[in-house]
Amino acid sequence: MSEPVPSSATVLRTSVASQPVAPASLPAAAEEIAFDIQNLSLWYGTTQALHDVSIRIPAKKVTAIIGPSGCGKSTFLRALNRMHELTPHTRHTGTLRLFGEDLYGPQVEATYVRRRVGMVFQKSNPFPTLSIAENVLVGLRLNGVSDKALLRQRLEEALTMAALWDEVKDLLGRPGVSLSGGQQQRLCIARALAVQPEVLLMDEPCSALDPLATAKIEELIHELRESYTVVIVTHNMQQAARCSDRTAFFYLGKLVEFADTRTIFMNPSHPQTEAYVSGRFG
Amino acid sequence: MAALLCLCALLAIAPLFLVTYFLIAEGASALDWHFFTQLPKPTGEAGGGMANAIVGTFTLLAMASGIGVPFGVMGGVYLAEYGGERVNNWLRFAADVLNGVPSIVWGMVVYLLLVVPFKTFSAYAGGVALGLMMIPLVMRTTEEVLVLVPQSYREAALALGIARWKVICVIVLKTALKGIVTGVLIALARVAGETAPLLFTALGNNFWSHSLREPIAALPLQIFSYAISPYDDWHRQAWAGALVLMAMILLLNLAVRFLSRGRKFD
Repeated sequence: MSEPVPSSATVLRTSVASQPVAPASLPAAAEEIAFDIQNLSLWYGTTQALHDVSIRIPAKKVTAIIGPSGCGKSTFLRALNRMHELTPHTRHTGTLRLFGEDLYGPQVEATYVRRRVGMVFQKSNPFPTLSIAENVLVGLRLNGVSDKALLRQRLEEALTMAALWDEVKDLLGRPGVSLSGGQQQRLCIARALAVQPEVLLMDEPCSALDPLATAKIEELIHELRESYTVVIVTHNMQQAARCSDRTAFFYLGKLVEFADTRTIFMNPSHPQTEAYVSGRFG
Repeated sequence: MAALLCLCALLAIAPLFLVTYFLIAEGASALDWHFFTQLPKPTGEAGGGMANAIVGTFTLLAMASGIGVPFGVMGGVYLAEYGGERVNNWLRFAADVLNGVPSIVWGMVVYLLLVVPFKTFSAYAGGVALGLMMIPLVMRTTEEVLVLVPQSYREAALALGIARWKVICVIVLKTALKGIVTGVLIALARVAGETAPLLFTALGNNFWSHSLREPIAALPLQIFSYAISPYDDWHRQAWAGALVLMAMILLLNLAVRFLSRGRKFD
């Protein structure tokens, strides 16, 4: 994984996540864009939750969304896989493209978008009636995959990628809810990965976990960007600093600043960002 | 004060003990193997049983479930998962009114709908009458348990790109299955003892029914006709029939208790 990094930032890297430093000469323009979002505004009824957000989220990187409660970060995340449509009376303006394809195009179905853009929620939510294996495979099965060998292969792949395989390989028939909190959250990650999405959205995935379980998930996020684009909402700034490449700061439904994570934390260009990351509000 | 309230509470449940006492005292003596295996004997002959009525009751309940469960469950799914607020308020109100409709009215309606046009009382008509009574009951209990399924399961499934109807069938209904079965059993217990809707529909039959297009016996009907007869032997059989019916309903209620024990989804 090579990554273009402005050379001025390299001096700060010891304090931020262990990111490999690529030669500064690599042009930043070569970067592939996953989400290209232009002028996104979103309303719940008459309340406007997002104001004119434009952002280009890079592929195969971890992008963190930070900001105080109610700043629209979860709403923004849910707009990326059309989950906000489940809330009645929502509407939006602006365009959202994923690798060039309009996610809200007239022929595009929400189920198709959600297969490409997986999601992990704040509270782990394995299906209580399903076993560990069934939980992982339910997305494939209900989308018509019945080939046993393929299912078996995806089961192992997804659980391995979620760093859970070794812990559960002998318990696959046990109920998913019999696992510990941190394991349940990794099971939910495996469930999302099994349908092989291109993007993984995570909505405060560690907020209900203890520090050890959190560390495991963060390590996992770090590994996931080898093959996935990850967008993670977090209220924990250390977490954003530890495991993301880019950070977007939202405030009152607006995107205030979006830059390299180290830039946001070390040298933000906007005074509001600086006030937030230094802990003066939020 | 507490003693007075306690006395009132005891008085409220006293009929249960009285009913049980009389049923056992009067009915147990007539209850033997023949009661469960033989047809009613002609007037004047001693012995005989209610085998046809017991089978008839189960037949009617099976037919009633065939109508009440699919329509009731699907109606409940509509209320919980699809319906808008205004439509739902009307549907709930209508279901509650239907739940309060006197059962003999159901019998009369089905008499006009199925008995008069086909010129015969039939098991079908009885099953439809009981089934129609089950629909609003099952619909409301299904809605109530579906609403208890946490939204996070629906979201997790939808986020996997699973179509909504599959999410409802496989995730939501499966999670709420125990509650739905409980609701169905409550509805069955409620209609199993109904006599009035069967009077003009299933009619009753002293013999085995060879077809569902014929009148069919049922325990409540048999109890009714034996209880108003002038024969002591039939009175004892009526008591025994009542005891069996009561035991069936008690078993259904026990099943409900067992299934709803510790029901929670989180």
